[in-house]
Amino acid sequence: MPTVIELPHVKRTLPNGLDVLVHEDRRVPIVAVNLWYHVGSKNERTGRTGFAHLFEHLMFEGSEHYNGGYFTPLQQAGALLNGSTNTDRTNYWEVVPTSALELALWMESDRMGYLLPALTRERFETQRDVVLNERRQNYENRPYGMALMALSAALYPPQHPYHWLTIGAADDIRAMEFEDVRAFFRTYYHPANASLALAGDIGTEQAFELAEKYFGDIAPGTKPQPVEAEASLPREIRLVLEDSVELPRLYIAWHSPAMFADGDAEADLLADLLANGKTSRLYRTLVYEKRMALDVSAYQHSREISSFFLLAATAAPGHSLTDIAALIDEGVQGLVDEGPTAHEMERGVAQAEAHFMYRLQTVGGFGGKSDQLNAYNVFRGDPDFFGSDLERYRRATPQSVRNAARRYLPFDRRVVLSIVPRGKEPLALAGSERVVVS
Amino acid sequence: MAGVDRTRLPEVGPDPHFRFPQIVRHTLANGLKVRTIEHPGVPVVTFVMEVEGGLGADAAGSEGLASLAADMVDEGTGSLSAIDVSDALARLGAEYDVEVGADATMFTLTTLARFGERGARLLSQMLTSPSLRTNDFARVRQLRLDRLKQLKDLPPAVAERAFLRLLYPAHPYGHLAIGTEESLRSVSLDDVVSFHRATFVPHRATLVVAGALSHAELLRLADDAFAGWTGGELLHDLQGAPERSADAGSAHLAIVPREGAAQSELRIGHLSARRDTPDYAPLLVMNAILGGQFVSRINMKLREEKAFTYGARTGFDWRRGVGPFFVQTSVHTAATAEAIADTLAEISGLRGSRPATAQEMSLAQASLTRGYPRNFETTQQVARSVAQLALFDLPDTYFEQFVPKVNAVTADEVTRVAHTYLDPSRAIALVVGDRLATEQSLAALGLGELHVLPPA
Repeated sequence: MPTVIELPHVKRTLPNGLDVLVHEDRRVPIVAVNLWYHVGSKNERTGRTGFAHLFEHLMFEGSEHYNGGYFTPLQQAGALLNGSTNTDRTNYWEVVPTSALELALWMESDRMGYLLPALTRERFETQRDVVLNERRQNYENRPYGMALMALSAALYPPQHPYHWLTIGAADDIRAMEFEDVRAFFRTYYHPANASLALAGDIGTEQAFELAEKYFGDIAPGTKPQPVEAEASLPREIRLVLEDSVELPRLYIAWHSPAMFADGDAEADLLADLLANGKTSRLYRTLVYEKRMALDVSAYQHSREISSFFLLAATAAPGHSLTDIAALIDEGVQGLVDEGPTAHEMERGVAQAEAHFMYRLQTVGGFGGKSDQLNAYNVFRGDPDFFGSDLERYRRATPQSVRNAARRYLPFDRRVVLSIVPRGKEPLALAGSERVVVS
Repeated sequence: MAGVDRTRLPEVGPDPHFRFPQIVRHTLANGLKVRTIEHPGVPVVTFVMEVEGGLGADAAGSEGLASLAADMVDEGTGSLSAIDVSDALARLGAEYDVEVGADATMFTLTTLARFGERGARLLSQMLTSPSLRTNDFARVRQLRLDRLKQLKDLPPAVAERAFLRLLYPAHPYGHLAIGTEESLRSVSLDDVVSFHRATFVPHRATLVVAGALSHAELLRLADDAFAGWTGGELLHDLQGAPERSADAGSAHLAIVPREGAAQSELRIGHLSARRDTPDYAPLLVMNAILGGQFVSRINMKLREEKAFTYGARTGFDWRRGVGPFFVQTSVHTAATAEAIADTLAEISGLRGSRPATAQEMSLAQASLTRGYPRNFETTQQVARSVAQLALFDLPDTYFEQFVPKVNAVTADEVTRVAHTYLDPSRAIALVVGDRLATEQSLAALGLGELHVLPPA
């Protein structure tokens, strides 16, 4: 009998279109307020990249009825708060003592309904500079920090919304216009494009009453059209990028099934059995037995329009990326030919079950229960998907994983990026084309 | 329904009542101290084994030994190879983690409650009888040497390493847990074996078990798995903790050159306080005002007012011996010198010329105390917090006392501790960044000669 692992909740939609999800967990006297807007860098266009993320910064600077930094009153109430933007969505959250729930709802609703009157050119310009610093710190000044930028640009054509990273191009950020803020807010920041989850020490009915009280009178907007885009690779693309690093690293990226689509869970399992942990096939060969690599990892980056599957390995001193690539290909081919063993499948499913259980431990913050409910609601239209999500892993078979490897990890349609120390371009795989990112 | 009153923010009610976890102490026959905490809810259990002896136990010349020994714990035991151990952990869905601190090493294993017995037994086997085989040792040491090479690329790691060396020129606290290339090369498997024999003994260890089980069941898990652990008396004493000193080094301004860096990684600070200082609570409040939270003087100055950085923070690195007070940030290269000057000015301000205001006091105290219960949601949070109590010999009533103690701090006390424990004239300012682009403005800071340190 499989363990029952559930995330019980109630969903209602306010007349203005705002989805409200409530989950009770009375163990600690805190409530998580978690608000998603279904907008991310995928809603941007070429030349205007980085806007969704910059906008997120502006949401903390004040709104019409509280015209000051959002951290002060919320910290004063004992809240933890943050926000984040990715390609597909923007989220904002507070974890507050039960005594401060109304404060958090007041503030979240004020910036949903009344942001623009408080925004000044000066605040906009300061946050633009803060974001440029964020970009320097997390991308430009970080070893291998430009890899994802190069890979995304090669995986997706220039007009595809995954062609650029959420942080945006530095030139685009510098060129942003204050006037663009208004249109962006009106298009994406309204109840019909948002989802509110409340999780924690609160009764379900009271939670809905409060949600209605604070968000009920915000004018509805028009739900934006979903973004659609296609991408495929005609061949293997080999690239090389020089960076301030001591050791070369190889990245291999493939297009893979979109989040929750058929094959997405299999790709996730493939990542684990290929390259996560000492038991994984590639760790065993590359790091443990042959000692050719310092590390190897794999990850299925599940996203709304399409995903990508990424393998990465750092060469041990004196070892070549060419040899590492050959062993990786051998490992992938092994899975294509024979699929995983029963033992590997059992292990993968056991890990998935445990991780779903661990995910039930916190009500708020990134990855907490409120965040998960919103993810299921926004991306599936079904906050009840938690149980079905786990079922996807339980249902996977050696055959379905093998099929996924065969279908999604072809050698002739992928991007292979070598990152090499400056001045050491010959350390890249043969035939790699020099790529420029900035 | 009546609309919301948007003319003012809603009142925040009185803090909700919270029952902090009750800790029960036990001692097994072999001397192992055990603390159990019932944590109902999600059927998960966490074990934290805290072994006295962290990087501060590394002898001169063997820096990195404690960490290497800790790393060898999951490299095989009995008939299990390193791969088998990893496989066994994965089949329990376990999360396993090792943290080598200044004074102790923490091994944490979290698993589903139904795997509690298997998890405890596996952890016990790994910790008490690791295989310590030559081949595994050679591989792990080589990985660490290679990792050291990689750390040279990482500005925060480069800064951390150089800063510690400047702070503690002659004490084992003055190195990163991973050690140095030279010291790692000189460490042998025999050293690891003796270190393990001397350090991994029940008398030196505390096991914290928190989970969705009763105290009796949690204790039984510990007893069944660890009762058979034997290990001699204490073979050697750990290094004494350093006393506060006028920082022995003479450098107040130093740079690790990194040509073409997009930003300068900064560390500013000096040795300051021990964890057992009676001024712990006032120091927490003082730090929150200065740079310990988003709305704090240094972050607001450097990020929101000047837009020099994505963020800046201050803190105390609490240790049994005297630990540092530090500021850490990463700033746009052109802003390097000005960011240092601004930071030192903020420190000076809080020491007297611009004491904490009533508003700052209330914000700092509220943010430290009102959300405090959220630190007790998961078994891991609880077990790690209790392990901290054990490490610093704090009472079981610590959690209940925390809020009243912090709320009792006065603004005068904040000024006093800022004056006593912070001192810009003793501060070391370290830059990891572009030397050519910054050295002229750095020289103009009046902090003395710029010491150029070897590149990573």
